[in-house]
Amino acid sequence: MISFEIPEKITNEIQMAKMVAESVMRQYSRYYDEHEHERPSEYINMMWPVMREQHRRRTEKLQQNGNGSGPKREGPDFSILRLIMMIEMLSWGDAGQYLCTPDPALGGAALEAVGTKEQKIRILGKFGQGEPKWGAMAMTEPGAGSDTSNIRTTATLDAESNEWILNGEKIFCTNGGLALDESDGFVVVWATVDASAGRSGMKSFIVEAKTPGVTVTKKEHKLGIRVSDTVAIVFDNARIPYDNILGSAEVIKRDGSTKGFKGAMATFDASRPAVAASAMGICRAALEFTRDKLAAEGIVVDYTKPKHQMTAVERDLLEMEARHKSAWLLTLRSAVLMAHGQPNRLEASMCKARAGETVTWVTQKAVELLGPMGYTREWLTEKWMRDAKINDIYEGTKQINTLIVARSILGYSRRELK
Amino acid sequence: MINFELDQEQKMLTEAIGRLAKERMRKVFRDADEDGVLPPDVVKAGWEIGVLPTSIPEAYGGFGEYSVITGALAAEAFAWGDLAATLYIMTPNLVAVPLMLAGTEAQKEAHLPLFCEEALPKVTAALTEPVIQFDPRQLKTTAVLENDSYILNGTKCFVPLAEDAETFLIYANEADQTQAFFVPRGVEGLEIGQREKLMGVRALPTYQVKLNNVRVSAVNKLGGNEGIDFGRLLNHSRVALGALAVGMAKAAFEYARDYAKERVQFGEPIAHRQSIAFMLAEMAMDIDAARLMVWEAAWQLDQGKDATQATAVMKYYVDDMVMSVCDRALQTLGGYGYIREYPVELWLRNARAFATFDGMAMV
Repeated sequence: MISFEIPEKITNEIQMAKMVAESVMRQYSRYYDEHEHERPSEYINMMWPVMREQHRRRTEKLQQNGNGSGPKREGPDFSILRLIMMIEMLSWGDAGQYLCTPDPALGGAALEAVGTKEQKIRILGKFGQGEPKWGAMAMTEPGAGSDTSNIRTTATLDAESNEWILNGEKIFCTNGGLALDESDGFVVVWATVDASAGRSGMKSFIVEAKTPGVTVTKKEHKLGIRVSDTVAIVFDNARIPYDNILGSAEVIKRDGSTKGFKGAMATFDASRPAVAASAMGICRAALEFTRDKLAAEGIVVDYTKPKHQMTAVERDLLEMEARHKSAWLLTLRSAVLMAHGQPNRLEASMCKARAGETVTWVTQKAVELLGPMGYTREWLTEKWMRDAKINDIYEGTKQINTLIVARSILGYSRRELK
Repeated sequence: MINFELDQEQKMLTEAIGRLAKERMRKVFRDADEDGVLPPDVVKAGWEIGVLPTSIPEAYGGFGEYSVITGALAAEAFAWGDLAATLYIMTPNLVAVPLMLAGTEAQKEAHLPLFCEEALPKVTAALTEPVIQFDPRQLKTTAVLENDSYILNGTKCFVPLAEDAETFLIYANEADQTQAFFVPRGVEGLEIGQREKLMGVRALPTYQVKLNNVRVSAVNKLGGNEGIDFGRLLNHSRVALGALAVGMAKAAFEYARDYAKERVQFGEPIAHRQSIAFMLAEMAMDIDAARLMVWEAAWQLDQGKDATQATAVMKYYVDDMVMSVCDRALQTLGGYGYIREYPVELWLRNARAFATFDGMAMV
C-alpha cells in the first residue's frame, strides 16, 4: 500500500532534533566555520549523554542476548528511516557540527555490518560510558579514491605474536582526529592481506586509539564543513590484535570470492542514503531561508499560477523546490526499502547522485537569488553553498554513483561498462 | 505507514493494463498516429478493463472506491502503451471525476451510472481556449446567469471526441471564478468545429467548440448554486498528467536502453560508452523521482489534503522530465530516432503536450 505517512514516534523525535538544531547548531554555525578545527563542544556536550545512553542500553541488550540478534522482528524496521530523518534535521542545523556527533559513525556501520558479537561489545560498548568518543572509517588512499580495489595499505599476520601489522597511509578520513587523538575511539581501516589477490585480499580492521605506530599526520583545510576534521593517518608497523579483523581472514583466490570487498560495498547501502539525507538538510535550509527572505520583499510563489505567467525568480524558486523534493523522495525510498528488508543498492546510488547534485545547485542558486547579501558572510547562505559541495563528492562522487546506476539499469558488469 | 509497494489489487490492475498496452496498444500506436484513427477494438478493450467503474462507489452503480493513487498507477501503465489511446479511453474521466468530487447528490445520481456501462460513455469536457496566454483560472469563455438559465459564450479547443459527444462539461468564467456547466448535444448555439491538427497525440480526435449564446438551465451548473472549487479539480488533473508523463517517459527510456545495448559501433554496443550509459542513468533517475512525486501528490489528495503546492511542484518537475527524457531517448537512437519507422519521435512530439494540456486528463 503506497503511503507517505511517517511514524509519529519518528516525527516527535525529529521535533527534538529541530530544537537542538535551532538552539545550538545554528547559533554556533558561523563561529566554527571561521574557527576551523575548533571542537564544537556545545553540540557535542548536548549530544553525548543521549548517544551514551543509547549505546549503554544497546550493549546491555547484546550482553543479555544469547545469540546477539534478539527476537526476530515483525514488520519493517524503521530505525534507518529515523536515522535518515535525524541526519536531515541536524544537517539543516549545521552539516559540519552534525558530522562531529560523538558516535561510532561509519566505523560503527562497518562493525554492525560484519562484526562479531564480541567485537561489538568490546568496541561499541565503550560508547556507553565515560567521555565522548568517535568512530571513523579509513578507506581512501592517495592512489585509491573511487577505485577502492587499488588499496595499497597492507596487513601482515605475525604468526609469532598473533598480531596484524599494518603499514601504509590513509587520507580524507572524516573524524579520524576525534577518533584517534581526541578520544578513546577507533577507526576501521581497509587493507590488503594479499596484494596479489586483488579484491579478494581486501579486509577491514579495527584500530583503536593510542595504538603505537598509528599517527594522525595532517588535518586538511577545506572549502566547507570546516568544523569536521578530515585527516591523514600513517601506519608504521602498527600492531593490532588478531581478533580485530572484521569478517573472515581467509583469502579464497580460486573462486574469486570478494567477500571482504563486498562488505565495504554493503556499508555504502546505508551510508549513501545517510549522505544524501545530510545534503537534503542543507538543501532545505537554503531553500527555506531564500523563500523567507524573498517573501519579505513581496516575492512569493503562487502555486496556482501557470508557469508562463511567473517571473524568472518565481520559476527559480519553484525549480529549487522541485529538485529538492525529487532528491528527497529518492532518499526516502532508499531508506524505506532498507526498512522493509529489501535490496537498495541501486536506489542508494540514485539518491546519493541526485542529492549531491541537487544541494550543490540549490545552494548556489540561493546565493545568486539573494544578491549581494547572499555573498556576505553575515548570512549563512554562502557557508551552506561551501558545505553542500562535499555531498557531491564523499561516499562516492556523483560520477561513481551514476556509473553504478548505469551498470545496474543496463545489466552490465565492470568489464562491459568501465 | 510509509511504503512504496503496490497493494495486491493495484498489482493485478497494472499487470492487466500492462498486458493490454504491450500486446494491443503498442501493436497499433504507430499506424494510429499516422492515420489519425485508433482501432475501435483497442479502445473498447481499454475501457473494458474498467478503471473508471471500479473507482465509482456502489451507490452510483459502480463497484469500487475512489483512489487517486490507483488512478495514477493505471494512467502510467496505459500511457506506456500509447498516450493518444489512453487519453481516448480516459476521456469519460473528464466528466466523471469532477462529478464525483464536486457534483451535487442529484447530479451524481443522474450522471454517474452512465460511467458504469459497458460502452465508452459519449461525454467530453472543454476547458482549454485557443489563446497564447491561456490561464484556466481566467477563462475568456463566460457564463452569465439570466433568470433560471446560464448564457455561455466563447471558444474552446482541444475538446476530445466532441463529434460523438452527447454531453459536454463546459468550463466558463462566472464572476472571475472558473465554473463548469453540463451542456447537452444539439442545444442552440453549440457548434462543433473541424477536427484539429495537432503536433502529437494525432490518433486522438480533438475539436474546436464554439458557444454562441448557449442557454442551459441553472441546475446544469456543476456543484449546484455553490459551484466548484476549480483549483481542487486542477490538482487532480496535474496528478493524472504527471502519471501519464511518467508512463510515456518510461516507454521512451526502455526503448532507448534496449536499442543502446544492441546498436554496435566501433565494435561494441554503444551502451558500453559512458556518454550513452550516463544519459540513460540520468533518464532512469528522472523517471523514478518523477513517479515518487506523482505518488506523493496523489497520496495527499487521497488523504483529503490541499495538494496545490505538491501538485504544482510535481508538475513543474514532470513537464521538464518528460521532454528531456524523450529528447535523450531520440538522441540515443541518433539518425534512426528522427525516422518515423521508429517510435521515439512520436514520443517526443507527445511529450511536448504535457506543459500545455492542463485539465486534459483526470484521475
